[in-house]
Amino acid sequence: MKRALLVLAVASLYVLHQDIWFWRTPRPLVFGVIPIGLFYHGCFSVAASLLMWLLVRHAWPGHLEQEVEGAAREGGEER
Amino acid sequence: MIPAIFVFIYLAAVVYIGIFAFRRSEGVKAEDFFLANRSLGTFVFLFSLFGTNMTAVAILGSSGHAFTNGIVTYGLMASSSGLVIPLTIFLIGTRVWALGKKYGFITPVQIFRDRWECGHIGTVIFAVQAVLLVPYIIIGIMGGGTTLSAISGGFVPYWLGGAVVAMVVMSYVFFGGMRGTAWVNTFQTILFLVFGVIAISVIGAGMGGFRSAAEAIGSSPATSWLLTRERISPYYFFSYTFIPLSAIAFPHILIFCLTAKRMVQFKKTVIFYPLCILLIWLPCVFLGVMANRTAGEIPAIRAKQEARRVLAQQGKTMTPEQREEVREQASGDDVILHLLHHYAPLWLAGILGAGIMAAVMASDSQILALSTMFTEDVFAFYGGRRRFGEGAQVQTGRIFVIVLTVLAYVVALRAPETIFEIAIQYAFSGFAALSPLMIAALFWRGSTKWGALASTVWVALAVTAVAIFQQTTPAPPPGPPAVFWTVGGTEVLARTPSGTSVFGFMPVVPMVLVSALLMFVVSKLTPKPSEATVAKYFS
Repeated sequence: MKRALLVLAVASLYVLHQDIWFWRTPRPLVFGVIPIGLFYHGCFSVAASLLMWLLVRHAWPGHLEQEVEGAAREGGEER
Repeated sequence: MIPAIFVFIYLAAVVYIGIFAFRRSEGVKAEDFFLANRSLGTFVFLFSLFGTNMTAVAILGSSGHAFTNGIVTYGLMASSSGLVIPLTIFLIGTRVWALGKKYGFITPVQIFRDRWECGHIGTVIFAVQAVLLVPYIIIGIMGGGTTLSAISGGFVPYWLGGAVVAMVVMSYVFFGGMRGTAWVNTFQTILFLVFGVIAISVIGAGMGGFRSAAEAIGSSPATSWLLTRERISPYYFFSYTFIPLSAIAFPHILIFCLTAKRMVQFKKTVIFYPLCILLIWLPCVFLGVMANRTAGEIPAIRAKQEARRVLAQQGKTMTPEQREEVREQASGDDVILHLLHHYAPLWLAGILGAGIMAAVMASDSQILALSTMFTEDVFAFYGGRRRFGEGAQVQTGRIFVIVLTVLAYVVALRAPETIFEIAIQYAFSGFAALSPLMIAALFWRGSTKWGALASTVWVALAVTAVAIFQQTTPAPPPGPPAVFWTVGGTEVLARTPSGTSVFGFMPVVPMVLVSALLMFVVSKLTPKPSEATVAKYFS
């Protein structure tokens, strides 16, 4: 279930990149200077970072490191 | 000339870092020279991996593209990269690291050879990777030439600037190997992260704040489109999300993934990667757009806008050569340098110039990667290490660094295209289309060497076809594309002002999809590797 939600979150963010709703409008200018389309994609970068944090927290492939450590231990014992 | 002095001090500093790394090296061991003994900690791993992916495109290319095309640049190249690149590092980079630690792999081709039980097919993959990587190296040298020439106010000519950058990069890669490259990249990343913040503050203050400039650009019908994406098709925008797939297929990125001391080092890298992109690209894109309001004060920018106007109004009546010449005059690759020249005090322009140099000199890890690949995938694979020893292998890698840098410099002197176009059209698209190889190797038991060969040959043919098409079909003037082939009223192939479109998409989309399809279909039809090999990767 957790994995399915994370996949859904990744897919959703990918779809949200195609923001056709701000395609033709420069306004509002956020803080009086940043066009809304640019501000949206700045926020998108922050959202991507949060998504990566979620992936690291809930889907970290820790078994890979354990396998490496196991293999290193076996190698050491053989020697 | 004063800013150029700061840049030369910076160049001396990075050479010193390379020599310092050389002193820390452990003799002539291949793993030490090519992978820094797989010992990079969290901080150096994050910054060097990020720095190695940021080339001249990041600062010069992004601001130049934004100057000409507007805010769309950030959505095209930065925000999609901020999602796709860390995701691929998370999924693929960690697995590659684990395989490297377990089995001692140093290059991606070594993984392919072992995973698919092949020899010469690995050599074919090496050759295609090498050919695609060279343009990326050329970008760095071109960026160096452009930057030094602009920072010195023309005192250092383009050819000399490129030569100096090539020499400096060659020196610290030659001496420091991966350790030197990683340390220099870390230093460079810190510099250009600081660069964005300082540049936007100084230029903003010089322009009297951005509020009136943004308001003026948004209010004028001639420029308001720069703050929107109305001149870019949604298909084209979508196509760009395929380009960041190239990152994890670039050999230098995969090789960097092998340098981490522990897998935990990947955690901060994937989390902070999108934020690092934000910190560098957002200021550069914003400044590139705002540069359009400085034409009244900066003659060089006025000349670029004038060239853009001429291209739009008279482009149709010009010969392709004339159009190319005017296009080059309109190119915005150096707008950020002109902004610094005009608005920053001399000493600060020098420091900021060093920050730009840091970004444009990111070709070091590509040079080292090619050297690593050549010595491991060709020299060692075909018996060189067995016959001549590990010391000879490292020395061969160093000689390769020199030969490659000199060749890249010669090409950089003759290459006519803008930095941005070369990068995107050849290297990025080609590597994106090679990404199904590593994905299949790591995640699909059923993949075979013949599937890998089919994908690789397809990529080579597709990149060649696009290059020939663009060389033989002149780019149309700004506006609608020149349709070359239609089927039943549907546009199949067209030449756009900046490249090629296939069914309205950039070529990278069909290149990636067909590559993945070939991998799947051909693998289904051909014999699998032995059970023992499959179990080694999927048990």
